[in-house]
Formats: sequence, C-alpha cells, structure tokens
Amino acid sequence: MSESNLSMGAGHAAVMEESPYAIPSRKLTMWLFIISDAVTFGALLFAYGYVRTASPDWPEPFKFNPSILNVMIMTFILVTSSLTMLLAVDAAKNGDKPKTMRWLGLTMLLGTIFAGLHIREWVGLIHEGVRLFQNPWGAPLFGATFFSITGLHLLHVISGVVALSVIARGFARGRLTAGHVETVGLYWHFVDVVWMFVVPLVYLVNVAR
Amino acid sequence: MQEASAQQVHQHAPPEGFIRKYVFSLDHKVIGKQYYALALVAVFMGMALSWLMRFHLIWPNSKIFGLELLSKVGAPGGVMTPEYYLSLMTMHGTLMVFFVLTNAPFAAFGNYFLPIQIGAEDMAFPRFNMMSFWTTFVAFVVLVLAFVIPDGPPISGWTAYAPLSAVGSDAGPGLGWGQNLWGISIAIFCVGSLLGSLNFIATTLDLRTKGMTLMRMPISTWAWFITSCISLLAFAVLLPACVLLILDRVAGTSFFIPAGLVVSDRLQPHAGGSPLLWQHLFWFFGHPEVYIAILPAMGIVSHVLIASIRRPLLSAKVIIYSMMSIGFLSYMVWGHHMFVSGMNPFSALMFSFPTLTITIPATIMTLIWLGSLYGAKIRITPASLFALGFISMFVSGGVSGFFLAQPSLDIVLHATYFVVGHFHMVMGVAAIFGVFAGTYFWFPKMTGRMMNEGLGKWHFWLTFAGTYCIFMPFHYLGLIGNVRRYSAFVDDFLVPLLPLHKFITIAAFVTGAAQFLFLINLIHSRFWGQEAPVNPWEATSLEWTVPSPPPFDNFGGKHPVVYHDAHQYGVKGSRGDYVMQDSPETVVPES
Repeated sequence: MSESNLSMGAGHAAVMEESPYAIPSRKLTMWLFIISDAVTFGALLFAYGYVRTASPDWPEPFKFNPSILNVMIMTFILVTSSLTMLLAVDAAKNGDKPKTMRWLGLTMLLGTIFAGLHIREWVGLIHEGVRLFQNPWGAPLFGATFFSITGLHLLHVISGVVALSVIARGFARGRLTAGHVETVGLYWHFVDVVWMFVVPLVYLVNVAR
Repeated sequence: MQEASAQQVHQHAPPEGFIRKYVFSLDHKVIGKQYYALALVAVFMGMALSWLMRFHLIWPNSKIFGLELLSKVGAPGGVMTPEYYLSLMTMHGTLMVFFVLTNAPFAAFGNYFLPIQIGAEDMAFPRFNMMSFWTTFVAFVVLVLAFVIPDGPPISGWTAYAPLSAVGSDAGPGLGWGQNLWGISIAIFCVGSLLGSLNFIATTLDLRTKGMTLMRMPISTWAWFITSCISLLAFAVLLPACVLLILDRVAGTSFFIPAGLVVSDRLQPHAGGSPLLWQHLFWFFGHPEVYIAILPAMGIVSHVLIASIRRPLLSAKVIIYSMMSIGFLSYMVWGHHMFVSGMNPFSALMFSFPTLTITIPATIMTLIWLGSLYGAKIRITPASLFALGFISMFVSGGVSGFFLAQPSLDIVLHATYFVVGHFHMVMGVAAIFGVFAGTYFWFPKMTGRMMNEGLGKWHFWLTFAGTYCIFMPFHYLGLIGNVRRYSAFVDDFLVPLLPLHKFITIAAFVTGAAQFLFLINLIHSRFWGQEAPVNPWEATSLEWTVPSPPPFDNFGGKHPVVYHDAHQYGVKGSRGDYVMQDSPETVVPES
C-alpha cells in the first residue's frame, strides 16, 4: 500500500472489487495509449510502404558512413536508455530516491543525446538537399516519408524526456509514486520498440548498394 | 499492492463556483450533458443544411432568404451555386458523422451513465474527461469557422477524397483554407476521441463496484465499452491521415497526389503519391466509425427494450458477443467503400466476404430483439417506441447492405442515391433513434423531471413516417441511376424523377419541423416538467437507485454492492415484477 492510499482513507477499499488482473487504471491506460499509438505508427509505416512500392525510382541513399553508423550509435544509446529506465523503476520500487533520480537523469541524458544525434543527421540531410517535397536522388516522397516517420518518433523521444523530467520532479518531492515512474517507463520502452521498426524499414531497406 | 487502487485515486471534492461547476467541470455528468448540448447544436445545424440542399435540388434557381449573408461567393443574390451545394453537403456530413453520431450516443450518454451503471463515482481520469470534451469543442469551432471565411467550406465531402482535397484552392472553392480548417478540426477531434476512449476503457475495467462482474454490466455499458475499444484504434489511424493531408496541402509533400495531375489548366507540382492511399487510411477509420455510431444505439435500445417488455432478452450474452464480433470484423471491411475506386478487383472480393459475414451477428441481434418481443406485453412509451423504431430502421437500412456488399452490384449502385439511402437509414437515422430512445428514457434521471409523453409520441410517429418517406424513395432513385452529389437535375434523364424529389423535399421539411417538437419538449420539460421519481420506469440497473438527478458523487459517498445481473425482470421481487441490481433479495422466477 502506498501513501496516497492511506491519505484517501481505506474506507472505500473495503467494499470495492479489486481491479481485474491487478492493473491500476493509470498503467492500464498507458498500455491502451501504447496500443493506440502503435496503430498510429502502423498507419504511417503502411503509408510509407504503399508509396515506396508504388514508386519505381525510390532512392537508396544511406551509406554505412555516416548514416548507418550514426543509426547504430543512436540505437545503442536508445536501448541503453531503456536499461537505465529499468534500473530507475527498480530503484523507485525499492524506495531509493537518490538512486532513482540518478538513473532517471541518465535516461533523460541518453534521450537528449539521441535527439541531438538525430537532429544532426536531419541537418546533414537537409544540407544535402533533402526536403519534404524533393531530394537529389529520386522519388520526392522519400523526404516526406523519412521526415514524417522519424519526426514523429523524434517528437515521441522529446516528449518522453519532458515527461520523465516532470515525473522525476514529482517523485523527488514525494508527490508521485513508484507507479508513476513505472508507467512513464512503459512509454519510454515503447518509444524504444518503435525505433526497432523504424531502423529496418526506414534505414536498412534504403542502404546504398 | 504497489499502488493506491484506482478507485481512490480518482476521488475529488465537489466543485464550487459557476465555471468549475458548469464550464470546466470534472463531473462526468456535466461533461455528458455538455457533449449532448454540443451534439444538439450540431444536429440542428446539420439539419438546416439538409433543408437548404433539399430546397436547392427542387428549385435550383430560387433565392433562399438570408443565404447571401452566409456566403456572398457561394450564394450570389441568395441563389446557391452548385459548388456551394457541395460545400453544404461536406459540412452536413462532417457535422452529423463526427459531432452528432459520435458524440451523442457514445460520448454524451456514455459519459453520463457508464460510471453510474457500474457503480463508480466518476470516470477514472476526470481531468482527461474534461480535456476530451473541450478538445472536441475546439474541433467544432474550427470546423464551423469554415462557414465564416470568404471561400466557404470545402467541396470535397465528409470523406475528403484526395486528390481533390489535397491539391489546394486550384481545384475549387473551399479547397484553400476551408479544407485546411476541415483537416485541423478532424485531427483535433481525433485527439479528443482518443482521450475519451482511453478513459472509458479504464473506467469500465477498473472502477466496477463490488459484485459488478463484467457479465453483470447492463448491455448499454457493454456497448459503450466495445465502442471505446473500436474508437481507440480507429481514430489512431485518422489522426496521421489528417496530418499527412495537411502536409500535402501546406508543406508540399505528395502522399495523396499522383504525378502529372493537371487541375484548372495548371500542372500540379507533385509526384509519386496515391489518391487510393487516402481512401485506405480514411476508410480504415471510416468503417469502424459506422459501428462507433451504431453500437451505442444498439446498447441503449436493448437497455430500453428490456425495461419495456418486462422480461430479459432471449440472450443478453449473445447480444454482447455479437457486438464484440461486429467490432472485430469492422476492421476487415474498409475496402467495401472502395469497390469502384480502382482498387484491384480481387481485393474487392476479399473485402466482400467479411462484409457479408458482419450480417451474421447483425441478424442474430435483430432476431434476438424480435424474438424477445414475441408475445411480450410491451409498455408503450416514447422511449420504447423509438427503440422499436430503431429495429425497424436497422432492418430496412441493413437489408440494402446485403446488395452493396457484393462488388458486382455495388459497381452499379455505388455513386447513386441507393448508397445515400442505405447509410442514412442504417447508420444515421437508426443511431439517432437510439439517441431519442435514450433521451426519453434517461431524461428523468438527468434532469429530475419527466418529459411530456403525448408530445413524445407525436414526435415519434412524425419522425418514423417521415424518415421512411425520405429515405425509402432514395433506394428507388438509386436503382434508376440517380447519381448522388448533383446539385440539380435539369435537362437530362433525371427530370422525370423531379416529382419524387419534390415529395422527398416536402417530407424532409415536415420531418425536420417535427424535431422542433422534441426541442420544445426538452426545454419545456427541463424547467416545467412533472417531477421525476427515482425509478419512473421500474428498471433494475444502478442509475435507478440514485436520486434524480444524481448527487455530485453519484452514490452519496457509499458504494453499492451488486447481487444480480442487470436484467432481473419478470421475477417476483419485493417491489413488483423486478429486482434491483443492488438488492440482496433472492430472485424467484414468476411461474
């Protein structure tokens, strides 16, 4: 039992049915959001597959250096941030506040580095002439799909960092519980999983041959 | 246990002050009423638009008083241009589908009654709930802004088919900022709906009171629950689709625009996209949306019917399973909207099969309703009349679905009034009948006052006869080959059909006018109606155990304990032929 349970008074708990599968609403809702968000990404990836298949001159511009190398580093960073997130959740469950803050801080740092690397890559591509509506290599939709899919993912990473900072602040002040940390952790892992779909579909199938 | 259980997390104190109480309220009951009010405004706007369209079809060269004030470009001198007819059609469809059929049966009644029916004191996330209403409200305002801008609303229909919707103002009036506003509005609407459905699912699963197992929930609760599962996934696809459409329009991408497209003698600077992609994304949302509109109506109608025939349905379980399978199948049939789109004809066959499969659960449900009615002594009230009317509309409109589900027949019927008649009956009017049934049934609970029965019955008969007069001839027109979306029928083979169109227009005016009986009834009963008792219909579910209207936290700080399922009618109880869900007495079947 956590503190908010006590502050609300245990009177009602006696007559209420336990929630099914013992999932609290907040966590359940995060799972539901993840399902819905996965469908959103799915729709974008479907659209990408659709126009890519329909375009005979789809460009395959990504060379190992710098693009794929950069993506490998980014992937490594994001996966590592999932690990630090796990450690943060674990520390939070053990009630170790300083340790939780350290791991959360590291997670945010890794997320920020990921975003920075990604933006650097974007800027590089823009310098090479890739735009939403044109690129030097072929089908103009290449830029549109690339920027919209990675852009949506980047938006998720940045909002994840913001969410983490809000949760960390609340947790440090004792306003939020380990449950909050765990729930935002679910989101963070989801962002990681989405990246695992983005890397092969957006980068690896477009490697220069 | 890791955390405070959800029931305690969501508790909050009663609000003080007008703004907190009635505007930015966290109370699910106020939010439900807000959704209802928004839907009411939208439905009368949509109806006024249909009047304008019907008038224009018959008298295309006549002045319409005041129309010039609405749009100088669209109605110079008060005479509607053909393009403005399409603008009004777009707005009619968008208002009705999004802001009426999604909001009224699902968001409005669901918000008000789902928490009470499961014995909760509010939704799981009251703040989300408030946000979902106000985002929907913003979406409504953005959409209606399209009337105000000089160009007027878009002419691309509520489906916003690309490339017409994607290429910009070259393609016609309203396709500049009008279409942008449409896209922004719908994207915002998607966010509001997603928030709402997250909340509904979490509430249903987590906040049920003691004894309220899933199978003890009333069918209406089940319907809202299944609907929220559908809308969770459906709007998640429309949202990115709208964003891509907006990108095509303002950022120069070409997701939905093919190469070499010439519009108004100008080569469009786009290449590589596919208009079919928009249709796939849109209908992947669009078909489930049909069930988002109709499933809550099915739930409400079942709930009302049971209380009116004073005995359980033949099988409530089968109704629930049928609704689930309809929800599941609704994701596999989107292509049946695209039989004539140029999609591969083989995929048409693939979509035709699950479409016909959907008729099986739908037929099962209809048979259960009809079978339960057989030999029943039904209590005739406006609510039960509208519930019966729903079944009638659902069958009449559904039967034409058998024809449309087959590609070979759909090729002939698709772009005609046959389709218009089909979806207006089975989705539009049927769902609205569900809303009417719900309103007459729950109004006493929502306001503490009874509605006028006589006026309600007049409203029913005029609406029932009127909608058949309007939409039945549509099927006939479509079979003859009367294409839809024409703004006038002059100088061609459709001229002999004008008398029938005139009849439909007159029926539309009469039926529309009958809706003012409903409005008068609503307003008059709200303030001067007879005081409602706690349980005027002698119904069993939890909303009838609380005062009318319910107090702020629904159950006065207590939580009910549930002992029975929601359909204990036709039994011997201490109060008569029914036993309340929270009554501990044992149920003795009446012999």
